[in-house]
Order: sequence, then structure tokens, then C-alpha cells
Amino acid sequence: MDNIAGTKSSLTWVVHISVALLVALWLFPTVGLFVSSFRTADQIATSGWWNALFPTEQSLVLRAAAPDAQMQEGGLYVIEGNLFEGEGLSDDIDMSAWGTSSRDVAAYAPGDTADLGDGETITVQANGDYRIESPAEMSGSRGQRVFVTAELPPDFTLANYRQVLLSGDATDSMAKAFFNTLTVTIPATIIPIVVAAFAAYALAWMDFPGRALLIAIVVGLLVVPLQLALIPLLKLHLGIGIGKGYLGTWMAHTGFGLPLAIYLLRNYMVGLPRDIIENARVDGATEFQIFTKIILPLSFPALASFAIFQFLWTWNDLLVAKVFLIDATGQTTVMTNQIVELLGTRGGNWEILATAAFVSIAVPLLVFFAMQKYLVRGLLAGSVK
Amino acid sequence: MNPAIQGLLTIAIGVGGCLSYFYFSNQFLDKVLFPAKGPNAGRNINRANLVRPWLFLLPAILALGLYLAYPVFETIRLSLTERQTLSDGTTVYNFVGLANYAQMSEDPKFWEALVNNMFWLIVVPAASTAFGLLAAQLTDRISWGNLAKSLIFMPMAISFVGAAVIWKLVYDARPPGTEQIGVLNAIYVWLTGNDPQQWLTTPFWNSFLLMIVLIWIQTGFAMVILSAALRGIPEETIEAAIVDGANPFQIFFKIKMPQIAGTIVVVWTTITLVVLKVFDIVFAMTNGQWGTQVLANYMFNQLFVARDWGVGSASAMIIMLLVTPILYWNVRNARKEMR
Repeated sequence: MDNIAGTKSSLTWVVHISVALLVALWLFPTVGLFVSSFRTADQIATSGWWNALFPTEQSLVLRAAAPDAQMQEGGLYVIEGNLFEGEGLSDDIDMSAWGTSSRDVAAYAPGDTADLGDGETITVQANGDYRIESPAEMSGSRGQRVFVTAELPPDFTLANYRQVLLSGDATDSMAKAFFNTLTVTIPATIIPIVVAAFAAYALAWMDFPGRALLIAIVVGLLVVPLQLALIPLLKLHLGIGIGKGYLGTWMAHTGFGLPLAIYLLRNYMVGLPRDIIENARVDGATEFQIFTKIILPLSFPALASFAIFQFLWTWNDLLVAKVFLIDATGQTTVMTNQIVELLGTRGGNWEILATAAFVSIAVPLLVFFAMQKYLVRGLLAGSVK
Repeated sequence: MNPAIQGLLTIAIGVGGCLSYFYFSNQFLDKVLFPAKGPNAGRNINRANLVRPWLFLLPAILALGLYLAYPVFETIRLSLTERQTLSDGTTVYNFVGLANYAQMSEDPKFWEALVNNMFWLIVVPAASTAFGLLAAQLTDRISWGNLAKSLIFMPMAISFVGAAVIWKLVYDARPPGTEQIGVLNAIYVWLTGNDPQQWLTTPFWNSFLLMIVLIWIQTGFAMVILSAALRGIPEETIEAAIVDGANPFQIFFKIKMPQIAGTIVVVWTTITLVVLKVFDIVFAMTNGQWGTQVLANYMFNQLFVARDWGVGSASAMIIMLLVTPILYWNVRNARKEMR
């Protein structure tokens, strides 16, 4: 339609804006979680994540130095210092108000002097400098509390990631779950590929009775819902002594992934040129050699497509892991399950939840952006499932 | 042992075992059983070639049979039985006829799940396909369309559980008067001035909020497939329409849509299958409370919470029943293509 005279410019703008809106709408939720994972619990609880990118007015609770820092100045006991020092805040903060009681956190303007009782006074400047004066010697082990309202620049932290990845805290830690997920994912991706590649080759290039029927069965099994297999297989695994564990999970993932794998790979292999295979046969190559030396390298795009599918599906899976892997001890928990448990135990702790979720999302996202080409190709070839 | 090393070891055993089966079984066939030399070389090669397809297929057939075909029949059987643990600790399965189905039909939660599933089945495929079609049509005509596509496609890589966390933050509610950290409530409060809503616990509409999560994930899939189909439309048909004075909407609905109708059906059925199996989103966000139950989660509850395998199997059979028309249609199409 680009060639309809006169309509192009206005229409194109509408298209650009609509697409931008659509993309923004689709990205917004994910960005929210991503930004939240770099904020502290306080920041998340007190302001929406969309405010995190701009300076915000925040209330801080700070402390003046303890009384043992007091000096005598002509009959007065004095503590001087800066409230923002040692707080990890940037230097050029401009406070708009301050107070000494939690009931009225913005009682005074910068430069004002507040009465603390017993003749004791405190003066706070906009840059955080304070001066406490008292006629008598001050006592106690902790410094005066000061509530400060100030415009703070955007502030991000990696503390959540440290907590989730390195702390070793039993409820928050994702490190163990990360390795468990890998242990499930890698064999559960490779085994079905190997099994399916051999089967697909047989279905594509070998002649034997019952071939058409087998292909029809594979297409039929493509849509059999996972739910159907849960109870019988759990019963089977418990019956033959595998119980809950990696072996059973790999086999389950292999079984569930195979129809799509065989279907994708067979469709691809059938399209390979017949001459190459015939020539190799004439030259005396065995079927095993033909398969490993010719078919497998040529089928790389289809293998990659399925590998990505299976990887994403096993990495992101919750149901199979819950039924076949995770036992009462919880030693073999995977990341998706860990997150669901965090939703239960730390439902309000968005900093931990967001970070844990992002740790589990990061790997699939990397794979997705690195190998999108193969993913799209696989989708186009196998969109029956 | 370090979990990383332990993991690597388990991986090596699992993958190595699978590879060595294929290698050694073929070696055995070619070198020991029917060697391609000696007086019977020709006969041996023929025999080896008769056996080999089955050697290649054996693991696949075993896995498919045991993990997909057998469970279908076993589930039918289990749905007609009741599990009973005898006093000596053994478990027996008593035939009870249709009692499990009768019990299920008296459970209001089951009907809630069924009704909700019907809504899911209508709303999610329709909305995903519509958004996907819109995105495909729009992104194909601009220079940065590929970037836009991959960003809309991205949720595809995010797990349902991850998506559940992402959207729970969107739907989050804080007490009235405090600043809202969920986007939906922030906008709602800003627009209407009302108190923030606990969206996920508001019956009826909360189901639709869960559906949005799946629509968000599946739109990218629909877009990718439909975009390829749109690009496959012959240029001449569109040019002819332009020459005849059709406006862009007429071109889209009267020229393009009919030509990609087949692909739309494929996308629709594929998403329908995903919807029927949807479990993680509901499980992680509401666990079927507040009127959001769906069949897959109902089944999971029967399996692990109520521990009633009979009713669990019966509800799995309902899901299978809903899938069967698509299964039939797929097999028929595949057979047609092969001829």
C-alpha cells in the first residue's frame, strides 16, 4: 500500500506510533521487574518503580554522632558533623525539610534551630551539616535521630543479587536451584535430540513396514496433554523404584519432547537431497556413517531449532519438576519452584522476588536473543504442536 | 560434593548412556551379528538393513509408548478405579465404574474450572491471534520492524512462573492512601480517585487478569507465524486490489485475511492447546482461589492436595476429551499431506 500516492506519510506515522505503543506495552511489565531487582526493599515499598529512574523526594532517618564525640567550646558542649557522611549517599544532596520526631518529620526548614529540651539545641543546614549545643555534658551511647526529607538522585544497588546468588541463605538462595535446573535441562535437551534424530532418519530415509502409521502416531501424540501422563508415570516411577529424581525427570522430558522433535527433524531430513545419500550408499558407507557424517551436520538448523524449544521448555518447566523431581527434602528444587515458594513465604518482599525471577529469566533471554533465528525457523516448521 | 561437579557427573552419565546405546548397538549389528564380509556378506547386509530401522527407532518407540501412549490408557483405567491402601500397607485399585466422574460433577470447584477454561479457550486464542495479526501487519511495514518483533516476541522465552511474578507486580495493591507500586492500581487511583483494588481477589475479573498474562506470552508466537504467512501472499493479488481502488482496510480484510485463513487456524489451535494445559500461571498467581480455578490446576490439586488419583485421572480425561478434536484434525491433515 506504500505506493498509494498521497496516503503514505500520514499512514506511516500512525504505523510508527502504533508499533511503538505496542512495544512499550509489551516491554513495560518486564522492565518493571528488572528495575525493581536493583532497588532496596524500602525504595520498592515507598515508590513505584517508574519513579526509580528520576530523582525522588524521600524521607530518611539519619543519626548525628554519638555523645562521646562532643567537644567543649567556651562552656558549651558541642557535636558537629555531617548527617550524610558515611551513609553511602552522594555529597550534593539538598534537603528540603527536617525534623527530630517521627510525628513531624518535616518540622523545620534547613538552617532552623530545634530545641531538644534541657537547653540542648540542634541546627541542621541544607547540605547536612549539623551542630548540637548543650550547656551540660551530653550522655548516652547513641546519637540524636534526625529525620530528613530530601530529593535523592536515582539509586540502584546490587545487594539483592548478592543476597540471592551468594548469601547461601536457605530460603532466598537461588544458587543451588540454578545448578539443579541446569542438571535437569542439559540432559533433558540432549537426550531427546539424539533419540529423535535417529528415529527421524529412520522415518525419513529407511524403508520398512509400518512407517506411515508410525508417523501418524507421532503427529497424534504431539497434542496429548502432559496432564494425562502425570499420574500413571508417577505410579510407574514409584513402582519400579526410580522414585522422584533426575533420571525420572529426564525420561519424562524426553518422552514429552520427542513427538515434536521427531516431527520437526523428519520434516527437515525428508527435504535433504536424495543424491547425497544415494551416492554415499553406493560408495559403501554404512547407514550409521551416513547418519553421523552426512545427515547430522546437514540437519544442524533443525537440530538447533528443536534444541532451543526443548531448552526453553525444560528450563521454564514447573509441573514436570514438581511431579517427578522435587521430593520432601527439597534438595532437588529447581528455580521455577523456588520462585513459587518465595511467592508464598516472601510474597511482599519484591526485592527478593524480582531478583530471583530475573536470575531464572536471564539465561532463557540470552539464549532467545542469541538464537532467535533458529527459534523462528523451528516455529514456522513445527507450528502444529 | 560441590553441586556443580555433581551436576556435571550426572549429566555425563545420562547423555553418555544415551549416545553409547546407538554407537554400540550399531557396532554390534555390523561387526558381530551380521558382519558385511565373509561368505554371506550380501545376505548379511540385507538382514542388517532389515533390523537397523528398528534399532534406530527403538528408544523413541519405547519412550513414546511408555511416556505418552501408555498413560492415555492407564489414565482411562485409573479414572474408573479408586485407590485403596489395605491394612497391610499394599495399595489396590478397586473398579468403581463412573463414580469418580459422578463425584467430580458434584464438586462446584470442577464446574468453576470448566467454566473458566471455556472463557480461557475463547479469550486467549482470540486475543493473541488478533494482537499477533495486528503486530505482524504493522511491523512488516517499518524499518525497525524486526527489532519491534523481537521485543514483542521476547515474553515467549520467559517462564510462566517468571511471567506470573512480573504481572503480580503489575497487579500489586498497597493500602489506600499510600503510594501504589503496582502500575494498574497507580493508574486506577490516578484516573478515578477511588481506593486501590485487590485485583487478583476480585472474582470474575481476576480470571481475565490471568488471561492477560498468557495473551502477553502468546502474542509473539502468533505474530511470528502470521508475519511469515503475510509475507507469503503473492504481490499481484494486492497490486490488483490497489489498482481496483481498494482501501487499506479492504485489502487487509478482503484480500489478505482469506489467503492466510489456514495459518490463522493453525495458530488458533496451537494456542488452544497451550491454554488447555495452562497450569503454572494460575498455580503461581492465585492457586485457583477467588474463582480462578482451571482444569489443569484442578487436576494438580486432586493429585497432590486431595491425593485422590481417581478424580485426578477423571479430570485429566476431561482435558484429553477437549484436545481430541484437534488431535483428529491434525492427524487427518498430516496424512493428507503425506499422500
